[in-house]
Amino acid sequence: MNSLAPSLLRPARLGPARPRRALPRRTPPLPGTARGAAFRQIALNEARLTWRRPVALIAGVLLPVVLLVIFGELPAFHQALPQLGGLTLFDAYLPVLIVFSLAMLALLGLPIPLVSYRELGVLRRLATTPVPPSWLLAAQALVQLCAAVTALAVIFATAVAAFGMSAPKSPGGLVVSLAASIAGLFPIGLLIAALARTANGASVIGRLAFFPLMFFAGLWLPRALMPGALQDISNYTPLGAAVQAIQDSILQGFPPAAPLLVLAAYAVVFGFLARRFFRWE
Amino acid sequence: MGVPGTAVEVTHLRKTYGPVVAVDDLSFSVAEGEIFGILGPNGAGKTTAIECAIGLRIPDAGTIRLLGLDPRADRAEVREIVGVQLQASALPDRLKVGEILEEYRSFYRHPADVSELTGALGLAGKLGGYYRSLSGGQRQRLSVALALIGRPKIAVLDEMTAGLDPQARRDTWELIEGVRDRGVTIILVTHFMEEAERLCDRVALIDGGRIAALGTPAGLAVQARGGKSVRFLPSAPFDDRLLTELPGVTAVGHEGQHVVVTGTGELVNAVILALAAAGVTARDVRLDSSSLEDAFVKLTGSHLDKEGAAL
Repeated sequence: MNSLAPSLLRPARLGPARPRRALPRRTPPLPGTARGAAFRQIALNEARLTWRRPVALIAGVLLPVVLLVIFGELPAFHQALPQLGGLTLFDAYLPVLIVFSLAMLALLGLPIPLVSYRELGVLRRLATTPVPPSWLLAAQALVQLCAAVTALAVIFATAVAAFGMSAPKSPGGLVVSLAASIAGLFPIGLLIAALARTANGASVIGRLAFFPLMFFAGLWLPRALMPGALQDISNYTPLGAAVQAIQDSILQGFPPAAPLLVLAAYAVVFGFLARRFFRWE
Repeated sequence: MGVPGTAVEVTHLRKTYGPVVAVDDLSFSVAEGEIFGILGPNGAGKTTAIECAIGLRIPDAGTIRLLGLDPRADRAEVREIVGVQLQASALPDRLKVGEILEEYRSFYRHPADVSELTGALGLAGKLGGYYRSLSGGQRQRLSVALALIGRPKIAVLDEMTAGLDPQARRDTWELIEGVRDRGVTIILVTHFMEEAERLCDRVALIDGGRIAALGTPAGLAVQARGGKSVRFLPSAPFDDRLLTELPGVTAVGHEGQHVVVTGTGELVNAVILALAAAGVTARDVRLDSSSLEDAFVKLTGSHLDKEGAAL
């Protein structure tokens, strides 16, 4: 332990000397550019943490791509099936795997770190600094969003390059559908983060939500093969609606309003609930 | 409010959790550049008081001013000038020390230099190490570093030396004294008596959400026991009146061959001078002054945790 250098820890001067009473109320904590730098630092560390403990990346990015390659290599997946209305199994599974990736990142990748930050007291510590703890949530969501965009890019590139996927019928509709899917799913992850007390708890809730939702997305039984009642239910689940919108954009054209509205409703309701129930400590 | 030279002003603070009154009519003020200690047993309301003072909790009643600012209305400015180290808050295992410091550094307008700060805290060699590889003491010092990295005008440290070994504890005390010498006001919540006696200019003993006593550590100790005592072996017998007539002496007693004198003020000097004037030398002299611990026990009827460990 050295003696302190003279400049160390001298209280920061808050601008030119002026009477204390004249300090403006509600000064922004940092000028705009510095705020940007602070957010970048937080996001950088969140990205490092995600990279160094890559469970979410393996399950949410690598796994769907591996499944896509396996499915794509099976000749049976490339035969048009009358039960699927002339689609191939590959056509049916591509949106399911896209949704698999988004759901993994939203339901498990996003909430587990957030809950562990609350458990560790990181959110509480941030509340004592000029930076609001909500920035950590935003940074974590941004990192998961980047992971999702990466996963989507790799999935589409693989489908096109390796398995001859043709251009989507409605690229604009596809972008809207993917954005709506992310907007509908991330708030569900945030509600899990709000309700779980421990990171383990978040992981359990996330998995309990993931598997039934993936069933309705058609992971075990493509939606086209589901009995009518099951398909009706599927239409109102977030992953079922997401698959419907994405599949329509790829194969038919701009998706109908129904699945997009379902996703928007999930975004609004779960966003509200997450905000309502989120605890910072 | 905002009396010049006053860094912290807490007036009639009250905070309840349902039926439990955590803090009840607490008032104190801390001068700029002072190290102010808050002592008390677990559940005394120390942490609640601190959390209200820095604006993390909304008090039920009372006012708080930090350098004239209201921690809630002037939240942004207060966050900039107050550095806080909270008890029991960890950081992600897989971040490196340097990465954590850079992140927190970016939150402030005029941050401290990372290498100077970590050098002073004995963390310089650890910048590339992961948080999970740090010992308990190193984690604690990192936590103190994060409280100081914004070069605050007021630093609030809750159990900052909990879990440190004696050497690291003394090093941290040196750092805190260095920080204070540069004009930073420090509020120190502690269990650890030696720490309060060594560092604090004034101490508030808190018990049951109220201030049981407030004063300098030495003043409180005297208040508790009514003074100190000198024990010695006289070279020759002498008349007790020689000492009982001295100002400040309250009692003279005998324990075997030893004489025990109790009193206040410059007791040792007075006794030895009086004895010398009578041609008696005092050998084996021991001064027994009551401690802050005694004061605490006497004023609150309970013992503080000896080792300062957070329970």
